[in-house]
Amino acid sequence: MSESADLKKTPLHALHVSLGARMVPFAGYDMPVQYPAGVLKEHLQTRQSAGLFDVSHMGQVIVKAKSGNNADAALALESLVPVDVLSVAAGRQRYALFTNDTGGILDDLMIVNMGDHFYIVVNAACKDADFAHMATHLGATCDVTAHFDRGLLALQGPKAQAALARLAPDVAEMKFMDARAVTLVGEPCVVSRTGYSGEDGYEISVPADKTVELAEALLAMEEVEPIGLGARDSLRLEAGLCLYGSDIDTTTTPVEAGLEWAMQKARRTGGAREGGFPGAAVILAQLENGASRRRVGLKAEGKAPVRGHSKLFADAEGKTEIGEVTSGGFGPSVEGPVAMGYVPTAYATNGTTIYAEVRGKYLPMTVAQLPFITPTYKR
Amino acid sequence: MLKFTKEHEWLKLEGDVATVGITHHAAEQLGDLVFVELPEEGATFDQDQEAATVESVKAASDVYCPLKGEVVEINQAIVDDPSLVNSDPQGAGWFFKLKLANVADLDSLMDEAAYKDMIA
Repeated sequence: MSESADLKKTPLHALHVSLGARMVPFAGYDMPVQYPAGVLKEHLQTRQSAGLFDVSHMGQVIVKAKSGNNADAALALESLVPVDVLSVAAGRQRYALFTNDTGGILDDLMIVNMGDHFYIVVNAACKDADFAHMATHLGATCDVTAHFDRGLLALQGPKAQAALARLAPDVAEMKFMDARAVTLVGEPCVVSRTGYSGEDGYEISVPADKTVELAEALLAMEEVEPIGLGARDSLRLEAGLCLYGSDIDTTTTPVEAGLEWAMQKARRTGGAREGGFPGAAVILAQLENGASRRRVGLKAEGKAPVRGHSKLFADAEGKTEIGEVTSGGFGPSVEGPVAMGYVPTAYATNGTTIYAEVRGKYLPMTVAQLPFITPTYKR
Repeated sequence: MLKFTKEHEWLKLEGDVATVGITHHAAEQLGDLVFVELPEEGATFDQDQEAATVESVKAASDVYCPLKGEVVEINQAIVDDPSLVNSDPQGAGWFFKLKLANVADLDSLMDEAAYKDMIA
């Protein structure tokens, strides 16, 4: 507990403690890994009803064009991501990746078009570097401002809409990846219909001093329970979503990571705004010709969870090492072990059997379609 | 006779065979278990050698052999249903029976009062 003094706290820290959360250091913050219900029940609660997550440690940034023309901010952002930002309509958002000169991934993020500016959410561990990156490269044409003090809540699950609509009826009509300004607890908030669980739900950006009030209003509802980082991880793993720093990092390219869907036609070879982002030569070539390895889903045939960093082999004797698990654990909804990892393209076809080393044994795993569950996004 | 280790195992001695499990406190700290791997019957271990593995949704943890001995029986029920360890850790959720190399080794372990002091 002594190290917790050096850790940052979100606006909900005292609430977590009062709810009996087990607090752990995460990305420099003292965060709830689980509440008394435990990871397993919190996971299932989110899939069956609604869960409230404190994600205030993530970085919120606003990018506003100095010209006043939001398209200029879109084009500036396009210089850092292999993503078509220009076609993101006002009130819509898109998943994106900051890439580096070798085609690696600096971070993954959400880019939201708020009409007169872009609202951006980046990972907690990367937020200072991401802000510096944007300030440096967008600063000539845009005002880049960090709003790291704001609260950010995620409300996820099939009953998220019913719960949030009780406070703001308009959110019910939003579709997956819509975003809008909404007044909640008397304050202007930004609500987006997105998340990191594979379930329908919302993320809500709220002023720091109103975060507790909003969280308490939601937690007072019968269908909502608090959910810690433990279940957040098992939920996103079942949903096949990448965790930055585990499944993607500066050594993995978007194509290797299977994120081609995040790179729209306009930025690809022959597109209207082809290339023009860091690492474009590497990434465009891989989009044309494929990469030598690929991120795949892995389902264990047995019951033993296969964790991150477990080595993967082509054979049951552990002779030919072919890759590594990047995320893995027990999937409470799948009711079995699930994992993701990188393998050579020759082993990346669904149904291929490979072997993971766990405590000196070589356990058979089947390359499987991601996600492991059927997402319930409200399209 | 009930004894406890610093690693949160309990031992109950009958003759020269000790039934071994993890404590209520350990089960609570680990959270809902989803996988248990037990040693094979006939396996021998030194004190504090890794003898079993338990996994929650979040992480894997080792269970150490509390004293030198030979595993003479394992509890297949917790392999089939790991939640038994959470619901009844000091009863139906036992792990294995260990034939102690030296019964006198038990004296080095804590009694219930000392263990309760340690986790308090």
